[in-house]
Amino acid sequence: MKSILLQKQWSWLLSGLMLGISFLLAVVLVKPIGVSTQYAILDGIIWDQVQPGLVTENVENKSGYGSSNAYLNEGGGKYAEAIAKPLNYGLVFILAMIAGGFIARVMQRRGQPELYAPSMVSAELNSMRLKRLQRVFVGGFLALLGARLAGGCTSGHMMSGMMQTSLSGFLFAAAAFAVAIPMALHLYGREE
Amino acid sequence: MQIALAILLGFLFGFTLQKSGAANPVKIIDMLRFRDLHLVKAILFGIGFAMIGLFVLLHFGVLNVASHLSVKSAYTGVVVGGVLLGAGWGMAGFCPGTGLVGLGAGRRDAWVFLLGGLLGAFLYTLIYGWIKGSFLFASIGGKSTLAVTGNDAFPALFPQISGLILGCGIGVGFILVSLFLPLLKKRRVQTGVEERVTQERTGYTPVG
Repeated sequence: MKSILLQKQWSWLLSGLMLGISFLLAVVLVKPIGVSTQYAILDGIIWDQVQPGLVTENVENKSGYGSSNAYLNEGGGKYAEAIAKPLNYGLVFILAMIAGGFIARVMQRRGQPELYAPSMVSAELNSMRLKRLQRVFVGGFLALLGARLAGGCTSGHMMSGMMQTSLSGFLFAAAAFAVAIPMALHLYGREE
Repeated sequence: MQIALAILLGFLFGFTLQKSGAANPVKIIDMLRFRDLHLVKAILFGIGFAMIGLFVLLHFGVLNVASHLSVKSAYTGVVVGGVLLGAGWGMAGFCPGTGLVGLGAGRRDAWVFLLGGLLGAFLYTLIYGWIKGSFLFASIGGKSTLAVTGNDAFPALFPQISGLILGCGIGVGFILVSLFLPLLKKRRVQTGVEERVTQERTGYTPVG
């Protein structure tokens, strides 16, 4: 048990099992896991600080909150409510995810040898050079623009969606992989 | 109570993403380049496992799970959005969730991903009012599932087949694919920690 918690990298089988348990437990206890909505909520929280009155109480909406922005007013004002009351399930969930990544990294056994000799591509991906920063910035922009348009991301559509056998999850996964694979091959090549 | 569960489930998910290597862009890019299928195997196994567990629970009607389901609608924007996300994913090696976990794990590039992501989501928030009547929101199937879930809000595409059998059948299919896909460990390990490498792939036999 202890060594599992300290390992730098789990085997694929343990990784898969733990991913499956995480997604199943979330549905059983609360609701399917989703992440990308919280980027829009974070934006809204910042925007509401800069421009007070973006989110207001609105009795016509189911949530009791509304916004002058069409998107934040969607879904009975549920996004507006999350912005007005930031200490909600979705936002706390992603903060706990960040903490989970932090603790996993801190607990990692020190001095564990690297499994592979680093390649050109891994050196590039791990660098903070301008090319890497440009790609990670544009990548983040496209990923979240796409996730908001689709109404979910890799977690919400692909994992949570497909586990419920939802049509949208399968369509999303097919579209995402159909573009991500040629993109990665084009930018990083087939070799080292 | 909800907040306590958010902390518990979020922590478990973040911890798992970090330990599985999903928050490492090198692993993601190597998966997409067919060099290291560790993550594909893990993802397929995870979906299959969760699917079987879910449809067994749904079948026996325990814990009121059917009411917790949340099936997203299928419309053209799901495919267009999937294309955009795929492009960003293959470029950065992060997706929205793993970027946050990478940030927690101390990857400095994840901050840049977060900044780009916040701007991308903000642009969508601004343009939504203009595009919401467009073809991007034409339905291509609505909130449907393949297997019967028992939640009437989500119609099944195969209502004549038992949800237990179809759900578990697809789940078993995912797990079988995950088991049979090769791991494709590539470069020879210098430390000798993992030796499951190339001999049988290259078929090279040293002479003498």
